[in-house]
Amino acid sequence: MSNRLPTQPGEVIDRSKSLSFTWNGRAVTGFEGDTIASALAANGVDVFGRSMKYHRKRGIMTADHWDPNLFLQVGDEPNVRAGSRKLQAGMVVSTQNVWPSLKFDLAAANQLLGRFLSSGFYYKTFMRPRFLWPLYQKVLRKFAPGGEIHWKTSKHGAYDKRYAHPDVLVAGGGPAGMGAALAAADSGARVMLVEHYTELGGHLRWGDDAQRARAAELGSACEAHPNVEVLVDSTVTGRYDHNWIAVNQRSHPIAPERLVKARAGVMVVAPGLIERPYVFAGNDTPGVLLAGAARRLINLYAVRPGEKAVVMTANEEGDAAVADLDRAGVEVVAVLDARKGEGIVSVEGKGRVTKVTTTDGRTLSADTVVTATGWTAPTSLLNMAGDRPIYDPSAARYFSSGDLPPNLLVAGGVDGDGSTDDLEAHGRATGALAANRALRRRHDRVSQTARANPPTWEKPTEMADDRTPLARSAHPECYRSSTHGMVDFSEDVSSKDLVQASKEGFDSIELMKRYTTVTMGPAQGKLETVNAAAVLADANQVAMADIGTTVWRPPYSPISLGALAGRIHEPVRRSALQDWHEAHGASPLLAGQWIRPDHYGDAMAEATNVRSNVGLIDVTPLGKLDLRGPDVPKLLELVYVNKWQKLEVGRVRYGTMVAEDGVVSDDGVTGRLGENHWLMTTTSSGAGAVWEMLEDWLQTYKPEWDVHVTAVTGGLTSINVAGPNSRTLLDRLVEDVDLSAEAFPYFSVRTGAVAGVQNCIIWRIGFTGELSYEIHVPSGHALHVWEALLETGADLGCAPFGVEAQRILRLEKGHYIVGQDTDGLSKAPTAGLGGLVKLDKTDTLGLPELKHAYERDDLPILVGIQTVDGTIVPEEAAQIVDGDSNRIMGRITSSRMSPTLGRSICLGQVDPSLSAAGTEITVLMADGKRIKATVQEHHAHVDHEGARQRV
Amino acid sequence: MIVVPCPNCGPRNSGDLRPAGEVVSRPDPATCSLSEWREYLYMRHNPADWVTETWYCRGGCRRYFTIERNTATNEIRGQEAS
Repeated sequence: MSNRLPTQPGEVIDRSKSLSFTWNGRAVTGFEGDTIASALAANGVDVFGRSMKYHRKRGIMTADHWDPNLFLQVGDEPNVRAGSRKLQAGMVVSTQNVWPSLKFDLAAANQLLGRFLSSGFYYKTFMRPRFLWPLYQKVLRKFAPGGEIHWKTSKHGAYDKRYAHPDVLVAGGGPAGMGAALAAADSGARVMLVEHYTELGGHLRWGDDAQRARAAELGSACEAHPNVEVLVDSTVTGRYDHNWIAVNQRSHPIAPERLVKARAGVMVVAPGLIERPYVFAGNDTPGVLLAGAARRLINLYAVRPGEKAVVMTANEEGDAAVADLDRAGVEVVAVLDARKGEGIVSVEGKGRVTKVTTTDGRTLSADTVVTATGWTAPTSLLNMAGDRPIYDPSAARYFSSGDLPPNLLVAGGVDGDGSTDDLEAHGRATGALAANRALRRRHDRVSQTARANPPTWEKPTEMADDRTPLARSAHPECYRSSTHGMVDFSEDVSSKDLVQASKEGFDSIELMKRYTTVTMGPAQGKLETVNAAAVLADANQVAMADIGTTVWRPPYSPISLGALAGRIHEPVRRSALQDWHEAHGASPLLAGQWIRPDHYGDAMAEATNVRSNVGLIDVTPLGKLDLRGPDVPKLLELVYVNKWQKLEVGRVRYGTMVAEDGVVSDDGVTGRLGENHWLMTTTSSGAGAVWEMLEDWLQTYKPEWDVHVTAVTGGLTSINVAGPNSRTLLDRLVEDVDLSAEAFPYFSVRTGAVAGVQNCIIWRIGFTGELSYEIHVPSGHALHVWEALLETGADLGCAPFGVEAQRILRLEKGHYIVGQDTDGLSKAPTAGLGGLVKLDKTDTLGLPELKHAYERDDLPILVGIQTVDGTIVPEEAAQIVDGDSNRIMGRITSSRMSPTLGRSICLGQVDPSLSAAGTEITVLMADGKRIKATVQEHHAHVDHEGARQRV
Repeated sequence: MIVVPCPNCGPRNSGDLRPAGEVVSRPDPATCSLSEWREYLYMRHNPADWVTETWYCRGGCRRYFTIERNTATNEIRGQEAS
């Protein structure tokens, strides 16, 4: 059956564009411009789904975004709001929350159990016995509402984010909002106008000829104004401190949803009003509509909402609905005027309304009931700014308390009532005021920015708020009939449930909400809050004004997780050699911000080659800070545990940093390149933090010190040349530097040319335990040097090695890694720093904690560990336990198979009672097995004397 | 996200900066007692009122600076804030 009407004057559908889609497997068609719901209603669909708890049949009620009965599954997207989502060709639309089918739903039996499913039913029923919780969960999940997500197959593409800085942001594109946007823009402000629906116009869109004409004029003016950016199908979802405003922009050309983060000078809140349902028995039967819903269906989508209608009206919207129904050929059986005390008592009908009982005792036959019983002011954005709206019984709705920050202004229906002209005028006055405040603020901001050019325009003089407030039209308080009905349609909470909750003592609105879940569904109180307050006031026998309301928090309407996540903007850092690594088979390793070569195929072989020949590793992520100035030694003395004053030019030194709490925070080698020129290296992961830390001490603690810190991590590409053949190799390529053991001893630094590249910093250190040189090459020439080393060293067995081989080599040598072998509690004695720490300094970071730590004998100790069975490699983080008990005595912090020794090797933190060399310990493996291991004398498993690196 | 005025870069989103916390005075590490040191390390006033705090202009000029902020209202003194 088709309910499509002949052409309506204000219809937004394009009848020349037919769109095919499916509804529960059946092929149907609609027109471009239809919402999913209007297309289905045009096809004669009455029942769109089942309610959450009682699985009652539900149909169109509000025919907009807030319709609690129109949550549908569209393709792989659940919970699509069919009252506002535009129809697209090929949509696969189906009902949610029914099983096995919409017509025959097993869970509808819950209706018969209604009296057992009352307030707090779940709390009362499923609390005990606790051991049945998993079973309850399994069964209840089958009955849970909501569609299906297809997270493994969904391809929604990239979501997006945007930052915006409008002077004035207008929330709501009705007559007041458009008026505000135009007036603000005319005053020179940059305006962002945000409209929730896909067209500007607000309630004028389904209004009379004059209203629609005015909407079109204002809409075109906004679109054409160079100072106005219009975002339709977009929602202001939250307002936060300093007017930080979240806008969820849907159906953006490049992303399914885009989160706009706007810093607005002033926000004008002009959301209009949301129509409120009426509470009576059967008020959720399909066929019961709000007046606005009937008008939208007829005027926007040319859909006849029914055949025979009973209208209950308390206001002009209801009166207009009567006229619209008449014009659409719907027989209006009766008009019940609530202003004269007339009304509905109850409605009956299974799949659709059949019978209506009125307050004057009549029983009418009808398939449609239209109610116009009042308005809810969506004050959400005001709540978020701290406002607590106040109830006005004469107008039967809430209004702002007026206690708003100066960067927030209210316009239009939320403020009061009036004609289209009145609303627009109020909007214009508000927009002009908003622009004045916003431009004054922008002027201040630019003036406050030291490095910005001063504004070339004059700061406007402050405008007084002399707007004429909108009048408040009298409206009868119509909340509930003499019968009980649904208050929260999406949560299936009836007025009876609320009365019961009040009787049980949950008589504050906030408690009642949490106990009954009223207002906690997808509509988030937009439809039900005021009715809930009214029912509670009635039950408590107090005035509405004394009930208060629940607090509306962000988001105003739901945002997808994709929009919140957005795009990942954090770049991955690549050394100048990473392309070469990838071209030569390097397996990628994501290490902090960097992508690095893990290995080139065989890490064990790479490690062995370093021990026997010579290897190259790219260690660019090593943090590098260029330090200049006469006071650098003072800074180093402050941030390292050891001493630096006497380090000569041409020498490097290893240093460990601890934080003010005495915990080991970073380590590295720092060298003195000249009298007042130093290069500090840090761990790869600590590079940024150390830089910030140095700046902190220099800027806030010792601003008189003359030190300049420049981060050069990416500017210098660092290549470690390690292995017995490293000196021979470098001899062939290095000019101007004598590499002999006498002229260039261990822990020295020289500057020279490598493969013709000038100004390379070469220092002789050894993380791998081999004779090795670390070369810091200006990154633009790094690839040349890297390739020259490989080519020149071919006969010496020169080959690249990756991070994994380096980790094996350093573990063989017993060098600990800060953050792996130490943790957030490891103090200097744990790391075995011993003689490195100088406690006789007058100032160094964490000095009192360092002193205290060395007085303690209970701190864990880092030791070398070898398993008795050398074929077993204990997992890193495996616990060290006390014999057969589960008492934890430490843990393995690093473990590898050593290619040099042909057995497993470890570092671990142990209780001091186990730290003596030769102590036998028990390691609890992940599979539950306990294995024996022995504490070693040294951290180093290979060459603890350092003979290999001091040649 | 609040707006924090950097003396160089002007008012910026707080996400561009790193809060370094309440300004505290550092006792002389050579002479102070351990309990005085721990007071400095861990104890903060954290009032629901005006507090002087340090911010680091991490995404901009890399300057550390102090502001006075009311932790109850996020008002920032001497600067325009809501």
